[in-house]
Amino acid sequence: MKAAAFAYVRATSVDDALGLLAAHGDRAKVLSGGQSLMPAMNLRLISPELVVDIGDLGELRGIAVTGDRIRIGALTRHVDLQRSSEIAKHAPLLAEAIAHVAHPAIRNRGTIGGSLAHADPASELPACMLALDATLVVRGKGGERRIPAIDFFRGVFQTALTAKELLVAVELPVAKSSNVHFFREFARRHGDYAIAGLASQAVIAGGVFSDLRLAFFAVGDRPVLAVVANKLVNRIVTPASISEASAALDKELDPQDDQQASGAMRRHLARVLLARCVATLLGRSELAGATA
Amino acid sequence: MTAPMPISLEVNGERVDAHVLPRLNLADFLREHLHLTGTHVGCEHGVCGACTVRVNGEIVRACLMLAVQAHGGSVQTIEGLSDSGEVADLQTAFRDRNALQCGYCTPGMLMAAQDLLKQQAEPSRDDIREHLSGNYCRCTGYQAIIDAVETTARQRRSRAR
Repeated sequence: MKAAAFAYVRATSVDDALGLLAAHGDRAKVLSGGQSLMPAMNLRLISPELVVDIGDLGELRGIAVTGDRIRIGALTRHVDLQRSSEIAKHAPLLAEAIAHVAHPAIRNRGTIGGSLAHADPASELPACMLALDATLVVRGKGGERRIPAIDFFRGVFQTALTAKELLVAVELPVAKSSNVHFFREFARRHGDYAIAGLASQAVIAGGVFSDLRLAFFAVGDRPVLAVVANKLVNRIVTPASISEASAALDKELDPQDDQQASGAMRRHLARVLLARCVATLLGRSELAGATA
Repeated sequence: MTAPMPISLEVNGERVDAHVLPRLNLADFLREHLHLTGTHVGCEHGVCGACTVRVNGEIVRACLMLAVQAHGGSVQTIEGLSDSGEVADLQTAFRDRNALQCGYCTPGMLMAAQDLLKQQAEPSRDDIREHLSGNYCRCTGYQAIIDAVETTARQRRSRAR
């Protein structure tokens, strides 16, 4: 289908965009790369009266490393992340995950800010933000808010952003040499939205996790930072402890049935991902088959 | 503001000036305003890849871009790549290997395949598969398409020597 009629304005500055959003509220939609907004508009899932195109705002583009933080402008495209030596060095989880975000033609236009603000629970980048303990930087007419990723995602296509605010950047802690990561998703076709996926970052000392962040996606209405990771930290991991964590993981997930998979299948895949992640990170292949 | 807006862009090397509604996507602009019907419209939500074109040198989904967003940019369609001879060898390889039947996906396949071959001279079959993963073909089962792209890469390497 085609998008319904709308008015279109090309914002000339962040302040200009914020002024338009303040005036039009939830009747307006922000257009960055358009790779989530345009499908939704073409399918008539949403029909904004006004589209505010922020594509010209160069100040929202780019990757900068300052001390132990890396700041990524909201308009930075997936392909820019994929080609960035700084992302490869300082956020290797993100570098690995980005290859799973859609296809080349979409990565050439889609932006990190657009993907996060859209908040599809089956998409990769929100889960990466949880695994990496990111902070989302949001601007409104009144000033800037800094929102931890864990508080940003509120439900299917729901975030902490109000209709009058703009996501301007994300900030991540630079990966330390002690960090290890894991990314895996199940999808019908490479690049499609996941049926179930897991983004993880951890610290291992002496064969034991001293920190483990497990961010599951496509298994609930938002990405899930699994509390069960605690059951695997500061102790020798055994098949029994993975089984225990897998069983407890079930209670944290709320996967939906859809045409791709049943909720039960998604729960099963999440348990498989948990075991494979732990086995891969610890380099102990005998743990990979341990599920509840 | 829902009225037509003026846009100015380059399409296949020629300057184009037009007035378009904001809701008009780039694929429909190319097809209906410029009669460049080689850009096909399949799913209209970014899944099938039939509408793949180049904007400022990079492949994009023409159905997921507004014509007004192309203002000031440079667009190349399959007509441009075909007329210039840029993909002549790829087209020959597709024909020789029967890498198309109905042909609906072919313009998009050629755009995506040429994009890969420009970036990588020696892609593996997995690389080809991955780069074309966003393009659906419902006729061929893909094997012949992968063969044709692989053959073209090999021919270009031997010509370059």
